[in-house]
Amino acid sequence: MRSSLPASAGDTADAAPAMGEQETIVALSTPAGVGAIGIVRMSGPGAAALGSVIFRPATGLELGSGEAGRLRYGHAVDPETSVVLDEVLAVLLKAPATYTREDVVEVHCHGGPAAQRGVLQTLIRLGARPAEPGEFTKRAYLNGRIDLAQAESVAAIVKARSASALRASVRQLSGGLSTRIVAIRAKLVGALAQVEAGIDFSEEDLDELDRDGMLEQLLLTAGEIEDLLRTALLGRALEQGVRTAIIGRPNVGKSSLLNALLMRERAIVSEIPGTTRDTVEDLVEIAGIPLHLVDTAGLRASDDVVERLGIERSREASRDADLVLAVFDMSSPPGPEDSEVLAGVDPDRAIIVANKLDLAEGGADQARDQARDQARDQARDQTPEHARDQARDQTPEHARDSEIDLDIDHGEALEPDPVLQRARRSLAPLLEATGVSPDRWRVRAVSSLTGQGLESLRETIELIAVGDHGVDLDEPMLATERQRLLVDESLAALNSACEGLASAKPDELIAEDVRMAARSLGRITGEELVPDLIDEIFRRFCIGK
Amino acid sequence: MAETTTYDVVVVGAGHAGCEAALAAARMGVRTALVTLSVDKIALMPCNPAVGGVGKGQLTREIDALGGEQGRNTDRAFVQIKMLNTSKGPAVRALRAQADKRLYEDWMKVTLFSTPGLEVIQGEVASLDVSRETVRGLLLADGRRVRARSVVLAAGTFLRGRVVVGQRTYAAGRVGELPATLLSASLERYGVELGRFQSATPPRVDGRTIDRAGMILQPGDAGSLGFSHWERPRPRTQLPCYLTHTTARVHDVVAEYLDLSPIKTGSVSGRGPRYCPSIDRKVINFPDRDRHPIFVEPEGARTHEMYLQGLTTSLPVFVQEKIIQATPGLERARLVRPGYAVEYDYIVPQGLSSALGVRVVDGLYSAGQVNGTSGYEEAAAQGLMAGCNAALYALGQEPLTLRRDQAYIGVLIDDLVTKGVDEPYRMFTSRAEHRLLLRHDNAAERLSEIGHSLGLISDEQLGRVHAESALLERAADLLDSTRLRGGERTDELLESLGTSRLTESQTAAQVLKRPQVSFRDLVQMIEGPAAEWLAGLPGDVVDRLAVRAQYDGYIQRQLAEIGRLKATETTSIPDDIDYRALEGITVEAKDKLSRMRPMTLGQASRIAGVSPADVSVLMLYIHRIRASQTSRTEGGAAAGGVRSGRPS
Ligand SMILES: Cc1cc2nc3c(=O)[nH]c(=O)nc-3n(C[C@H](O)[C@H](O)[C@H](O)COP(=O)(O)OP(=O)(O)OC[C@H]3O[C@@H](n4cnc5c(N)ncnc54)[C@H](O)[C@@H]3O)c2cc1C
Ligand SMILES: Nc1nc2c(ncn2[C@@H]2O[C@H](COP(=O)(O)OP(=O)(O)OP(=O)(O)O)[C@@H](O)[C@H]2O)c(=O)[nH]1
Ligand SMILES: [Mg+2]
Repeated sequence: MRSSLPASAGDTADAAPAMGEQETIVALSTPAGVGAIGIVRMSGPGAAALGSVIFRPATGLELGSGEAGRLRYGHAVDPETSVVLDEVLAVLLKAPATYTREDVVEVHCHGGPAAQRGVLQTLIRLGARPAEPGEFTKRAYLNGRIDLAQAESVAAIVKARSASALRASVRQLSGGLSTRIVAIRAKLVGALAQVEAGIDFSEEDLDELDRDGMLEQLLLTAGEIEDLLRTALLGRALEQGVRTAIIGRPNVGKSSLLNALLMRERAIVSEIPGTTRDTVEDLVEIAGIPLHLVDTAGLRASDDVVERLGIERSREASRDADLVLAVFDMSSPPGPEDSEVLAGVDPDRAIIVANKLDLAEGGADQARDQARDQARDQARDQTPEHARDQARDQTPEHARDSEIDLDIDHGEALEPDPVLQRARRSLAPLLEATGVSPDRWRVRAVSSLTGQGLESLRETIELIAVGDHGVDLDEPMLATERQRLLVDESLAALNSACEGLASAKPDELIAEDVRMAARSLGRITGEELVPDLIDEIFRRFCIGK
Repeated sequence: MAETTTYDVVVVGAGHAGCEAALAAARMGVRTALVTLSVDKIALMPCNPAVGGVGKGQLTREIDALGGEQGRNTDRAFVQIKMLNTSKGPAVRALRAQADKRLYEDWMKVTLFSTPGLEVIQGEVASLDVSRETVRGLLLADGRRVRARSVVLAAGTFLRGRVVVGQRTYAAGRVGELPATLLSASLERYGVELGRFQSATPPRVDGRTIDRAGMILQPGDAGSLGFSHWERPRPRTQLPCYLTHTTARVHDVVAEYLDLSPIKTGSVSGRGPRYCPSIDRKVINFPDRDRHPIFVEPEGARTHEMYLQGLTTSLPVFVQEKIIQATPGLERARLVRPGYAVEYDYIVPQGLSSALGVRVVDGLYSAGQVNGTSGYEEAAAQGLMAGCNAALYALGQEPLTLRRDQAYIGVLIDDLVTKGVDEPYRMFTSRAEHRLLLRHDNAAERLSEIGHSLGLISDEQLGRVHAESALLERAADLLDSTRLRGGERTDELLESLGTSRLTESQTAAQVLKRPQVSFRDLVQMIEGPAAEWLAGLPGDVVDRLAVRAQYDGYIQRQLAEIGRLKATETTSIPDDIDYRALEGITVEAKDKLSRMRPMTLGQASRIAGVSPADVSVLMLYIHRIRASQTSRTEGGAAAGGVRSGRPS
């Protein structure tokens, strides 16, 4: 509902069936970091007319006169009251050479937010409709300016939860993902053409299919698809955020951990077990990845109806989570209630957090660790984006620790840190009871009170969330679940083709698998297989009687 | 022909499309006439003397399974037959026969004239008689009027046909035949959109003047192969084909006279098929190839003419002679018929419905080369479908369409009407997304039920198909219940085939799943009467058993995919939909959809320029109007004061 806006042509159009690109849309877009300048952008068949109605040239050069796409200097004026709204530069870009492939008018305002709003509202009163989020891009797609993968990235931009998610989406939009998929698919179509030509034109004397060569070729392509799939993990993490559940028995410090990760007092903390009765959720960004943290009610047997409901929700949260932080109190031996915590938790998607490190014996290490953490926190405070890198630079000792730690992943025997070893030792009976080899559980020791060990925990979270390939936001990545499923499907089919080539499967089955692989990728970019395939066959082979 | 007769179906053109159309209509029991330019040129093969091939052979099998004529007629007239792609897998296996062209024509003519309810008329159709957008009949150039409830146009390459040889061009439907000069204008008047294509054929030489010793012999397959599921072909001595190759010298000759090629002079303007390039085109496009194959094929048993497959050209005749004489084995060959190109009008097939009906004129159907295809098999397949649909229209019944997962014929027609053509369309197996299901061996199983419901397949024939299916099931059960236990003989055989010995007992069906093991190998590993019974199974049952065993996973995947698509395939789009008012689909898609007006979402999805996103928007829209229609009728009832029985 746009009830706050003055009645306009746009509102009337709302009641009638939507007429798509017939309407002229308008929105304010303010380039980041440039406070005073804001651009009011308009797109649609009425853009040129509306633009010239409110633009009064200072030099006699009307909007759109002379050389196309030239900025004109003048004033934005309310045509009804003749009130000057702002001093502006304006430009008319003619269809179809614009982002939306429609006429676009940009009015660069200089008078700050109030002036910008004035121009915007005047245009709306004159009949432009406020654009919905992503609508300019939607039009670009509808008018054939960008392809499906690019358009899906736009949806991701609109929903972007963090600055880095936004950056990644913008990359896709520029066609990075499409380019990469199109390139891989072209290789598949090329391979397919070889098999298919042998089938459909077996009467011509084409060379026999070189199965070994084809196998080699397809294995390489499968590798590229695997790489692409790896980006999906990151893409998904960026788009949807990583749902992270903090679970554990009462009073181990779950809410304290939430607050520590958020760096503010979000949840109530008290020494009374059973403080948190229902889930508490909030967002935080770790190494550029949006983390959706869920603090839960402590797990224990309870007669309290409300608490039991809360516990049920905790279990749910842990089931739904992408990542589980299972918290234990390392200052006291594990109790019977701790033993239930790890039930049903996947070690590959979980971190065992041994909390209250400050209370645990071995305070000797404590001072050193604390100092190191402080240095790191300072670094993070300066430039949050590069926290990790800078922390590394400043504390090379730590860097070494954490790298070894990452490399060996979960190997306990090699773990250099005595604190961690101690944590593992105290939790050993619990870990063994899970039935999974204790080595497979990642363990981190922290103090939610002092902040000790938190940095290492953050790194481990990042590792699990995006894999060990690190975060390179400038790589094109798969942004949506649909894209990921299709790439998955493609890879499975390609692997089957490789198997078929290695065994004695007939050509038509090899073709079947490669087709499937190519078709799945084509669904991402919206390309059709058969015409491309037939073109490729004729390009490569001299067919014809 | 009495002035007053009104035919139910009148077919224009006795080519491969027209003959099938006329036979199908007459066999469905409606009054049918076949009007053609010359009764001496019925089912003529103007190009290669062959029927079938990969993709095309499947079409011929399907025509046969539906009760059409092409398979049976080919079986009567072939001088050689073989199975192609035997090593590439059962789904892409296909028959190809070299036909005696004259015999082919003669048999078709006999069949036409002995079919009750079918009249053959010689004459040129000059215009259509249409009133209120509905066809009423035809006018012939000699002034006769033919009244008809429905018309099938199967005019091949004749509409404003123009033959081109070198610099010389003249009006003709084919060399030596009259063109149809008048009909195009009549079509255009009623709003039928036409395009222009081109096709060419190679020279024929005198078989007595070729040197067979220098060529590679290409014999047919021994045994009793045939297209028809219903009749065994009469045994005969097969004639061989021969293979030779062009040389650098041939390419030099072509290059030397390239300036005279219609490609360069521009005397051919229509688009030609890429899969059938002239030798001129091959030399231009593939300069690195030092040779191209030339297949030398007999045109029949009672002529010495040999067809030079691979030497298609419309260069001037003296250049054709030079090219031939530069080719190994043809040095002394005498030219009998020069190669030539023909240019003609075709009906832009996006203007057709899936029943091959011309959208702008009710009761008018079209089939064959005139729809922008090429090839005898493609023509016959459309002819059969158009003939059936014209008859169904005359009878006031629902049209017949085949799905893409049901038949190559379905793929062919769907491709034509949804995607259109930018070169003469030829079938390739790679055009079918469900290729593993559309096999040569299961055509009867797929389609004879439909042929039967049309009255083109007899009860007896259908009974046979059912019996075969039952046999297949019994054999499959036997393979499932027969256990193989390893042992010296079996293991030796398995190892010699390059697969592992049996470590534990397996069913025969499981062993047959191994790609290395053929059915014949398997039978050798089985003992006793079961082996004997299995060994006696007919070839197509064996093929189908092997496919079942080895392709199961793939076939399940295709079936799952078809299941997934079914929702879109069967969702019909309201006739009165206004695409322009639809928000969320691309401008290009709006344009295409408004012009082509697909009947189902599935069709919409295959239109070039309509993306998956457009289809989902369309789907949402359809669901929404359906929902609002239901609620409106409910609401309307309430407003009208009708008591709803339910407490409110
Ligand atoms: C020069 C040439 C080269 C070819 N090359 C190839 C090739 O390389 N590969 C391939 O697959 N196919 C080729 N073909 C095509 C193949 O021959 C045709 O696809 C096939 O014959 C088409 O069958 P049809 O029934 O559609 O039409 P046609 O066989 O052309 O039959 C049309 C019939 O309609 C009749 N007719 C037309 N207009 C009228 C009218 N107004 N009134 C009455 N009767 C009329 C004609 O007399 C004729 O009998 C070639 C054809 C030609 C002529
Ligand atoms: N010394 C020390 N105390 C801690 C630490 N973390 C939490 N505490 C204390 O432990 C008590 C419980 O903390 P909470 O964060 O409320 O624990 P919880 O797991 O959320 O408890 P419930 O909500 O009741 O399930 C509080 O008194 C905290 O101050 C830590 O790292 N070191
Ligand atoms: Mg709590």
